[in-house]
Amino acid sequence: MTAIEIRGLTHVYPDGTRALDGVDLVVPAGQRLAIVGQIGSGKTTLVRHLNGLLRPTAGSVLLDGLDVRSTHVARLARQVGLVFQDPGAQIFSSRVRAEVAFGPRTIGLRGAALEAAVDGALEAVGLTDADALNPYDLGLSRRKLLAVASILAMRTPVVVLDEPTTGQDARGTARIRRIVADLAAEGRTVITISHDLRFVAEGFERVAVMGRGRVILDGTPETVFAEPSWPVLASTSLEPPFAARVGARLGLGSTPTEASLIEAIASRSAEAGSRRGSS
Amino acid sequence: MLELRGVSYRYPGYATQVLRDLDLTIADGEIVGLVGANEAGKSTLCLVASGLAPASIGGRLTGSLLIDGEPMTGRAPHELAERVVAGFQDPATQRSGVAATVFEEVALGPMNLGLAVAQTVGRTRAALAALGIEALAERHPSRLSGGQSQLVALASLLVMRPRHMVLDEPAARLDPAGTNLVAGAIRALAATGAGLLIAEHRTDLLDGLCGRIVVLDGGCVVLDGPAGEVFADDRIEGFGVEPPARIRLARALAARGLDPALIVLDADATPVRGVASPDPAAAPSAPA
Repeated sequence: MTAIEIRGLTHVYPDGTRALDGVDLVVPAGQRLAIVGQIGSGKTTLVRHLNGLLRPTAGSVLLDGLDVRSTHVARLARQVGLVFQDPGAQIFSSRVRAEVAFGPRTIGLRGAALEAAVDGALEAVGLTDADALNPYDLGLSRRKLLAVASILAMRTPVVVLDEPTTGQDARGTARIRRIVADLAAEGRTVITISHDLRFVAEGFERVAVMGRGRVILDGTPETVFAEPSWPVLASTSLEPPFAARVGARLGLGSTPTEASLIEAIASRSAEAGSRRGSS
Repeated sequence: MLELRGVSYRYPGYATQVLRDLDLTIADGEIVGLVGANEAGKSTLCLVASGLAPASIGGRLTGSLLIDGEPMTGRAPHELAERVVAGFQDPATQRSGVAATVFEEVALGPMNLGLAVAQTVGRTRAALAALGIEALAERHPSRLSGGQSQLVALASLLVMRPRHMVLDEPAARLDPAGTNLVAGAIRALAATGAGLLIAEHRTDLLDGLCGRIVVLDGGCVVLDGPAGEVFADDRIEGFGVEPPARIRLARALAARGLDPALIVLDADATPVRGVASPDPAAAPSAPA
């Protein structure tokens, strides 16, 4: 099943900025897709078309077969949950719990189902103990996790996370990784926008690279971060993850993740050992 | 020189102290990295070191902030701004809201210092060029991407030609090219003799940029020393800080009985291609 089908999507802002210039992207349901690219390359503009915040200047976006141009935002909101990069853009309640409950209540959840959705989302982001606080009593990193919880609680088939790891420490990033894995395990589609290419390589099965409003490279982390792709990455101001660079330098092929690099070094070392042993 | 002496701080309306009996000195020309888990007090320390807490946001401070030996207690915000500038995580909080273009936004600081027009224009152009955002000059400040806003916010600080600068995650929203521009601007500012404090989670960014690293935990300084030593210290993970990739990977190799010296990139972080070495012992060793 196809969750999202984007064809020839173009968006021109009122000031004339051409943020998207013919994007084609088809995302099967249940896929974990990362969108990467230099600042101002159109990543955020692209995902804002998925829930009706922006309407196409040209081209089309189909969500589960629904055309976003002719679908009410209330319907789109049940389909796609979008977590903004700046939590201040979406938080408005005076209590953490009320903030998380707002979305699911708006789409019709009540009573025990509503409470269960809110509890589950708060637990997933580690804010169970903070549910009575004012969101602005949380530091920015936990406020970002709150923004994630308020979208998780809506249980949308598609979840979009715009720069979820910025401002997170090691534990916060690990938590975000776990949330992505859990969503994928439930068969939900997860899209992230991120400059954190280690997070991308370790948590996502597909990477779409954007440059000047177009998708200029699209594939698995193994392909996108492999040495032959580096000039394309450089054209949109990206550097491959550290592990990929070390692996290429050592002639180990594509090692986009730290685990794959360690494995590649270990297996070459074992080969070298057995050659020495047999000679 | 910027000094915090015996500083404790609590926010207005709160009973608990976020910083506790903290001492920190930043010498002229020094770039100090500030790390720690979420809510360890890094952002609060940035507010206190820049004088904004308590001068602008209230709260109760004990101990003192001194700049070039002078206590800053009771100084007006504009007096503070001439001595220390600060940039925060969310660039939207820093935008003036009164400028119609990015150029005007960046020029606002020097205009408020009463500089001559020619000087203001010259400084503004230089600040935009330092961060590679000349092309944004005519754009509206609120119609920018997250990363572009962050560069504009930083340009608004550089244009002040500060002697002391405090930055809270200055590159959080930036791509590698933007991050390199910010790192370059930070180095250039330090080379003019300015002292900088940079709070940042990404230790890979601080590694190679900062000579010294300070680790906060529970509002206290728990480690303070040369970057190489602090990042190699086994305790930092317990404080919620992930060591830079080169150290993490070297440890992972050592744990598997493999040669940690394999984890090497050139000083400029550009990988050298085609170095294929089936025997780890023949691999290039770490530069001294």
